[in-house]
Amino acid sequence: MGFLFEDDNFALFRDGFLQTIELSALSALLALLLGTLLAAFRVSPVPVLRAFGTVWVTLFRNTPLTLLFFAVTFGLPRLGVHLSHLTFAVVALGGYTASFVCEVIRSGINTVPLGQAEAARSLGMSFGQTLTLVVLPQATRTVLAPLSSVFIALPRNSAIAGAFSVGEIFSTQQAFSEKGYSIFAIFFWVACAYLLISATVASLFRFLESRLAVAR
Amino acid sequence: MSPFNRTATASVLYDAPGPRARARYRVFGVLSLIGVAGLLWFVYATLDDKGQFNPALWDVFQYNTVQQRIVDGLLATLEAFGLAAAFSLTLGALLAAGQLSDHKPVRWACTAVVQFFRAMPLLILIVALYYAFFATDPMWALVLGLTLYNGSVQAEIIRSGVNAVPRGQGEAAYALGMRKTQVMASILVPQAVRSMLPSMISQLVVTLKDTSLGFIITYHELLFVGKAIASQPTNSAGFPYIPVVLVIGPIYIALCLLLTALARWIEARGRRGANRRTSTAA
Repeated sequence: MGFLFEDDNFALFRDGFLQTIELSALSALLALLLGTLLAAFRVSPVPVLRAFGTVWVTLFRNTPLTLLFFAVTFGLPRLGVHLSHLTFAVVALGGYTASFVCEVIRSGINTVPLGQAEAARSLGMSFGQTLTLVVLPQATRTVLAPLSSVFIALPRNSAIAGAFSVGEIFSTQQAFSEKGYSIFAIFFWVACAYLLISATVASLFRFLESRLAVAR
Repeated sequence: MSPFNRTATASVLYDAPGPRARARYRVFGVLSLIGVAGLLWFVYATLDDKGQFNPALWDVFQYNTVQQRIVDGLLATLEAFGLAAAFSLTLGALLAAGQLSDHKPVRWACTAVVQFFRAMPLLILIVALYYAFFATDPMWALVLGLTLYNGSVQAEIIRSGVNAVPRGQGEAAYALGMRKTQVMASILVPQAVRSMLPSMISQLVVTLKDTSLGFIITYHELLFVGKAIASQPTNSAGFPYIPVVLVIGPIYIALCLLLTALARWIEARGRRGANRRTSTAA
């Protein structure tokens, strides 16, 4: 267990930990933006946009994340796109998670009872008012719980980036294994790091939920 | 407009369109069609421009040995998936039974196991198993890792399904003098499995997708075979990474969609059965 505090192992571990957090935060941001855009497409009154959103989500949700990382890391350079490994990882992870975010948001909007919007419109509210005052506040509350499981899964999925040349916790695990430390000790510390991250994300979402909760 | 279309178009956001709104939607439709077509053309043009449709690059797929390797990789993927699916459903049932146990230590132990393996990145787990026990046989590291993670998720699904059965069902069974095992086996679990089958199958889709992690521990599954084909330096036209992705991606997507279709079919079948029963009861 103590190997972490020998030599400069702790610096290596800390760098990996910070890189995982950076990668997860950037991917979460991309996933949230892209996912919201796709959700807007999927509930729009224009059939072409709806079809585009549906096809996009179906493709990305059914592709293994490893294959996506593979396609981005090895495929894009063939097309003349040369970016850092971290950027490639953010594109793959963010694009993959965006399709899940889209589905969560879309189903959240669909759980708002039709009568709510009809009542708002019959009171003379405009589209913008209906959306921001009636539909979205209710949808946000239903969306938070499933969204939290999507964003708890994201840092876990980010481990795959380590196998594609991003220096995060998984590649730290590989480096320690090659140095010959006990696999159980390494696993213990890596497990602690991931448990810490997912506990933080979970408590963040619990905080949001309690802030937004209303008596019904 | 039929009442079915109303919900299908998510009309909580907007009214049924009048003539002017319909005209506006048509304009948006044409504009977005042009946008999507432009995007597709851009993707095609970029691929073509970089010579990715050069026939020489796709030549590898004409060799029988390469085709055989892809089939072997697919079979290896399906083998790992089959084993992991069977084991994870078994483990999930056991852990769920433990979580619902009347004995506190058993309940706590099972809950701790479930929570721990659900929070662990699957890749970390698989690689740790690979280094610790299965350095010569990566398939079992993959299968065991998938089993532990997905078994824990399945346990949570089964447990919440059992808890979601109306309380009167269990109480009625106890009132008839059934023992706990009988109540579980003949009253609660059959109803829970019926309502939870779609979620269990979508978790199996996740299991299938995650078999591609075997790529990282050199298990010879579909993606590993693909990488091996793509990085062969025999071809003068370059490395066929993109053709390989364009061949292997659809295989994975088709497999996942097949499983999803199965889940939908079972769900529709279950609903039909439930309706039939309520109509005869009424």
